[in-house]
Amino acid sequence: MNRRDGKGHGRDNLPDLSLEHDGDMGELLEGLKALATGFFTTLRHLFRKPITEEYPEYKRALPARSRARIILTRDPDGDERCVACYLCSAACPVSCISMQSAEREDGRRYARWFRINFARCIYCGLCEEACPTLAIQLTPDFEHCERDILTLVAEKKDLLVNHGGKNSEYNFYRYAGVAMVGGKGTHIKEERPVNLKSNMP
Amino acid sequence: MTPWVLGFIVLLVKLLLVLVGLLLTAAYLVLVERKFLARLQIRYGPNRAGRYGLLQPFADTIKMLTKEDVVPEAADRVIFLLAPAVVAAEALLIFAVVPFGRDTMIFGMKVPMVIADLNIGLLYVFALSSLGVYGVALGGWSSNSKYSLLGGIRGAAQMISYELALGLSLVPIVMQARSFSLVDIVRAQTHYPFILVQPISFVIFFISAVAETKRIPFDLPEAENELGAGYHTEYSGMRFGLFFLGEYVNLIVLGGLIAVFFLGGWRGPWLPPVVWFLVKVFVVALVMIWIRGTLPRLRYDQLMHLGWKVLVPVALLNIVLTGAILLS
Repeated sequence: MNRRDGKGHGRDNLPDLSLEHDGDMGELLEGLKALATGFFTTLRHLFRKPITEEYPEYKRALPARSRARIILTRDPDGDERCVACYLCSAACPVSCISMQSAEREDGRRYARWFRINFARCIYCGLCEEACPTLAIQLTPDFEHCERDILTLVAEKKDLLVNHGGKNSEYNFYRYAGVAMVGGKGTHIKEERPVNLKSNMP
Repeated sequence: MTPWVLGFIVLLVKLLLVLVGLLLTAAYLVLVERKFLARLQIRYGPNRAGRYGLLQPFADTIKMLTKEDVVPEAADRVIFLLAPAVVAAEALLIFAVVPFGRDTMIFGMKVPMVIADLNIGLLYVFALSSLGVYGVALGGWSSNSKYSLLGGIRGAAQMISYELALGLSLVPIVMQARSFSLVDIVRAQTHYPFILVQPISFVIFFISAVAETKRIPFDLPEAENELGAGYHTEYSGMRFGLFFLGEYVNLIVLGGLIAVFFLGGWRGPWLPPVVWFLVKVFVVALVMIWIRGTLPRLRYDQLMHLGWKVLVPVALLNIVLTGAILLS
């Protein structure tokens, strides 16, 4: 209590209402001016159009790299990109991805079934990062809530789409995983071999 | 039928009308506050339940009524259950002495537009508004939770610091009206509203009224970002609803009191008296919402400082001044 007595309370004063400091009219005026400014600001806001974006009527276009519903994409030839390597499943921190691998007659692997439990998924995007073939991708489409949690389990037919997603040109088997055909330097993005003997400084 | 029975029936009808009116107004005041506050903050506010959110109060009520009524295990059960009723009842009871219209003749009988014209109406108002803090303090204490207790204590301490100024600010009004009856106070403002001659009283009463309703900048008892929700942290369902209701009925009642004491009550040109009264209450409520949308919460010692060192001395000075002018 003693601490508050005397003149030691100047800092704790309300600048706007400290009428007892008759000498401090400047302080009082300053406080009143500050109050008026505040009230004027809010009053002005009253006549502004609200900046709210009303969601179901107005949907803001999300960035292409927003992470929401997961899809399985196809390469430019129309084949499934997924080669059922299980890397996404291993990378998934909540273990929401499961699949069974199989092999096509031409030796290319694919997923016999592929299942993502969106009720567990945390949309971290690690599966997408782990995928060597750019098969699994996250899309900006986030509107898929359900009343029954079991309906959130997505099968391969729900996940598979008919386009290439973010990188529609990419085709894993053009780059890797196939026997070399044309000899050194003919592969995509591969430079001609350097002639060691003519490469003197 | 004896006049006594007739008068009793009229009283019951008035009670019913006022009660329903108060509750409905309180419910819609919540909507008005949310909409108005939203616009002050460049938002829309509730606009989903019905057109312009007009059904929102009903949605809120249904939600409150159907929610589980939780009583904490360590709570003092009886007091915990009763505390919200104190707050709500106190707010509703104050309105009994507030005149909301001119005396009217119905079937040749004079019907005063007030539930009870007490000759000590003003003291009744103070008595009840001080009682209201019991609901807050006891509700906070009986919850047996730290936040609630702090909120309750703050409520009690806050009451001590503004109630005095609240009372003292009205002494000049009583001196001028020469009556404690609210009906007489309105009658005394036939020629001019008291705000013109008692602006200092008005400011003090208004500030104290904001503190009385526990609204920003004096919402220390429920300071949500310090104390969770303060004294009603542990309340849920309709018991929380009663606190909420009490708060908004209190807002209406204090709007009504400000109208009665300073703005000439139901007096006004052209419009019917009841409409004038409602308009005044509504304007006071809007200003309070505007204050809520603008000012930050005061710190605890600032409130004490304001109450004891500014409002009370100024109110006392005002009394002396008014007395001197009235006598001269």
